[in-house]
Amino acid sequence: MVEEQKAETPEPVLNVVSTSPHAHSGASVQRIMLDVVIALMPALAAAVWFFGWDALRLTLSCVIACVAIEALCRKAMGRDLGIGDLSAVVTGILLAFNLPPALPTWMAVVGCVFAVAIAKQLFGGIGYNPFNPALIGRVALLISFPVAMTKWSEWTIPSPIGIDALSTATPLGLAKTNVMSAGTLPYHFDGGTMLQLLMGDQNGCIGEVSALALFIGGAYMLWRKVISWHTPGCYLGTVAAFSCILWIVNPEKNLPPHFHLLAGGLMLGAIFMATDMVTSPVTRKGMMVFGVGCGVLTMVIRRWGGYPEGVSFAILLMNSITPLINRATAPRVFGHQRKNKEKAS
Amino acid sequence: MILYTTLAIGGIGLICGSALALAARFLAVHEDPRVEELTAILPGVNCGGCGYAGCGDYAKAVVLDGIEITLCAPGGAETLANMAAFMGVEAESGEKQVAIVLCGGDSDQAPRQFQYNGVADCTAAHAVGGGDKKCRYGCLGYSSCARACPVGAIEITEKNLAVVHPELCISCGKCVRTCPRHLIKMVPESRHAHVMCSSKDKGPIVKKACKVGCIGCRICTKQVEDDAITMDGFLAIVNYDKPIESATVAPKCPGKCIVDTDPPPAPVEEEKVEAEV
Amino acid sequence: MKREPAKFKVNGGIHPAYNKQLTAEKAIIEMPVPSLLRVSMLQHLGAPAKVEVAKGDTVSRGQLIGEHGGFISVRVHAPTSGTVKAIAEAPTATGGSAIAVDIEPDGEDRWVEDITPHPDWESLEGKKLISLVSDAGIAGMGGAGFPTHVKLSPPPGKVIDTLIINGAECEPYLTADHRLMVERAEDIWNGIRIIRKILGCATVRVAIEDNKPDAIAAMEAVMAEDTGDSAVVILKTEYPQGAEKQQIFAALGKEVPSGGLPMDVGALVENVGTTLAIFEAVVKGLPLTERVTTVTGFPVKAPGNILARLGTSYADLLAFCEGLQGKAAKVVSGGPMMGFAQHSLDATTTKTTSGLLFLRPDQVRTFSSMPCISCGRCVQACPMYLMPAELSQMIEAEDIEAAEELNVLDCIECGCCAFECPAHRPLVQHMKQAKAGIMAKRREEKAKQKS
Repeated sequence: MVEEQKAETPEPVLNVVSTSPHAHSGASVQRIMLDVVIALMPALAAAVWFFGWDALRLTLSCVIACVAIEALCRKAMGRDLGIGDLSAVVTGILLAFNLPPALPTWMAVVGCVFAVAIAKQLFGGIGYNPFNPALIGRVALLISFPVAMTKWSEWTIPSPIGIDALSTATPLGLAKTNVMSAGTLPYHFDGGTMLQLLMGDQNGCIGEVSALALFIGGAYMLWRKVISWHTPGCYLGTVAAFSCILWIVNPEKNLPPHFHLLAGGLMLGAIFMATDMVTSPVTRKGMMVFGVGCGVLTMVIRRWGGYPEGVSFAILLMNSITPLINRATAPRVFGHQRKNKEKAS
Repeated sequence: MILYTTLAIGGIGLICGSALALAARFLAVHEDPRVEELTAILPGVNCGGCGYAGCGDYAKAVVLDGIEITLCAPGGAETLANMAAFMGVEAESGEKQVAIVLCGGDSDQAPRQFQYNGVADCTAAHAVGGGDKKCRYGCLGYSSCARACPVGAIEITEKNLAVVHPELCISCGKCVRTCPRHLIKMVPESRHAHVMCSSKDKGPIVKKACKVGCIGCRICTKQVEDDAITMDGFLAIVNYDKPIESATVAPKCPGKCIVDTDPPPAPVEEEKVEAEV
Repeated sequence: MKREPAKFKVNGGIHPAYNKQLTAEKAIIEMPVPSLLRVSMLQHLGAPAKVEVAKGDTVSRGQLIGEHGGFISVRVHAPTSGTVKAIAEAPTATGGSAIAVDIEPDGEDRWVEDITPHPDWESLEGKKLISLVSDAGIAGMGGAGFPTHVKLSPPPGKVIDTLIINGAECEPYLTADHRLMVERAEDIWNGIRIIRKILGCATVRVAIEDNKPDAIAAMEAVMAEDTGDSAVVILKTEYPQGAEKQQIFAALGKEVPSGGLPMDVGALVENVGTTLAIFEAVVKGLPLTERVTTVTGFPVKAPGNILARLGTSYADLLAFCEGLQGKAAKVVSGGPMMGFAQHSLDATTTKTTSGLLFLRPDQVRTFSSMPCISCGRCVQACPMYLMPAELSQMIEAEDIEAAEELNVLDCIECGCCAFECPAHRPLVQHMKQAKAGIMAKRREEKAKQKS
């Protein structure tokens, strides 16, 4: 009887044998990167709204350049092309978002070379780069072409005497120069200014201006579980707390916390750069340490540093100690005592 | 300005230099000079075949702990003689031993029974479903031995079979210990007749699993004298301490698993070996 | 009320697609004896049993055919009456091989004569009860197959005060234990009482995940009369809460120390199937000759919970479930998280075969050695709080010592890390590799010390 039934049923194709587990969550690197790209779309829309053609030009050229450079590098090293994981696309968009709108295309491409060829592929490609490639690209450009990298467009700023003025500096840059020269802040803040900053009607890199759009992207990534709240939460919280203290101590010279949160590259950095998986800690505790560290460094640079903005440097500095944070925050293994207790007993 | 700079840098150099000189003078670790000299006599490939961490470690063990001097296989007769002269002892050297993978079942001869998906390592593959090769004794070809070899003497052929290049082999024996299926043996370099099969299965099972397996027919044992080939169950084993005419035995094997490696296979180009490793 | 919610929760863990609906409602059905039974001598953890019969012998069901092959070993009995056709080495479902006895059934299925039931077991001593368990050849039926009589005899000085009955069945797809609890709750409860008597422990906790309300109700009903300290602990459904250490933590809040045994925290965990086997062995006097196996998966035409004789081939089991509809790309002995992939249906059931799972081609995801992107998902999923990503990179670099330093030996191979890994890295295989490497090194060192 058994024999007959065998003949009727199709022969099972037992061709794949592996170790357990034989089930998978379905997550993939490609899907994670795609989610990041989707999360960046609102910010791209805001960039195009405020900066027009320049935003599109920079984003497209950076994406194309990054993917091409990645493919070239992989080919030169005799490896798989590896562009299917979309990580080069993410790097391209993020780098573009960190550039001022008027930057020439060729300079952006130079940034892409730094980001992909030097910061990523020289270290072995995805997974092996110690520093965020897009930030390396931005910082390399900032140091190589300081003038072009700080050439902003014009925006309308509220003035304390009631006459609006045009400025060609970023809000943070303006604040810094004014505090340095005149010893006071250049403007006062009301709800309208805050709304302006939140929506993105300000000067800055193309992707960092609209806190709202970045926030929407962050919420999407949280929902998709691409990121957890730990890094951005601790980063933003630290900046808020730090600036709050400074503001209470001396409101004449220090910007209020809501301005610090909404201006500059903080939102972009906290939501998209500090959460880069490869270069940030793997443990929850580590992510919190990382976020707090980024927050403190950002505020120190903004308040006392030579640059008006410190997000890029803060994240890169914290990237460098990520392995140490991982080691220090390794969870206590189940069934083991904490190290110091072991020693005590 | 230039003067100050020069003076400052020169001063720093001077201070550091003297500090180093003082450290070398007072903090030096005194080592038995014989250890260093014996290390120089050893071949210096640091293969670890002797069971010590490297040539220096072995030299130290010989000089300080009186370990025997015959453990260095890569050095061969010459090194042994030099070591014996240096240590003032006598030692006899045997013939150079080389590793050989006793399996001839490449992908043309021995089929795989399933698609293995996992780490490309023989030990790991062997543990999953007993290995993907139909023959449960044959070479899996996931290059564990090639990775273990300190000198790149093992090539994984395009047909997924590990092959030792005897002219490159330094007889350290690392591959022998690495192979999870125990297919690699150390044999005298001058021997050219080998049973290229390690399957202890019965003939019919071997035939299903491989075209060049030993089917246990015993024909070869009758071709040689003095038990130079004996049977271990259903597998013919060459006794390497007894002579065989390789040219006469090999053609007689119906399973085509006794091969004559004289002349040895052409040496591979350097690049190819590196690519495989 | 004889139920309490679990007070503790292990961090980590995952929520895979359980797919238990395929067989959860299907009553256990007994499969007729197939045309050949291949009974392995290694159905448990430890030394294989020694064959006690010869080719050509006639055997009866329940007759001893394999005697203890060492201290940690389990007896094997003939699953039906018939003739011994062959005694030869055969591949096991776990990828190894062991001596197996081929029995051709004679169709009579007659039991051996010297069966002595003990309905009066309550008057027996603990030692006598353990010897009955040992004689019946019972091994842990949850999956590991540790000899039950050894587990029930703790070394002097160790006190076991809490018995946990593992009814979590956290592996996706499997429903064998679930059905046993629903259908044979009374007998399981009597089995529990026997173990309680053997250990002399007062507290009994039956741990069941909250996705099996009918099993919870059934067990609670039979325990209602008990005057002692017993209760059903309702665990929140999460893999791997059926793992011994995790279950003890969830039920009692106690952490078994690394490298230790449950008895180090005064607990003992028995699977429900094992408990039932103990009942059968003591009260009815029957040795272990059959077990319930869940034959399941979307390609199976009539999936179900099958009571089959030990030694039934997987091909016969599948045929009894009316074969396949469509293609199956992977066959797993056990559950999808910790089961063993098969390359043929030649292997036969053992005391630990909890399931036979067939997966469609689209359900099979292959591992690749893509680089780790440090997303940390494995770290969050690991129920042992290890850092699988870091470990696997060390092992890939063949730095086993570093992995040992980071406690790779604590890995329970549950597969949560590999389940979550977006880079599809073969993390469990890396861990297995390192563990095997470390154990081999330790054996070598021991041998060196001896010589």
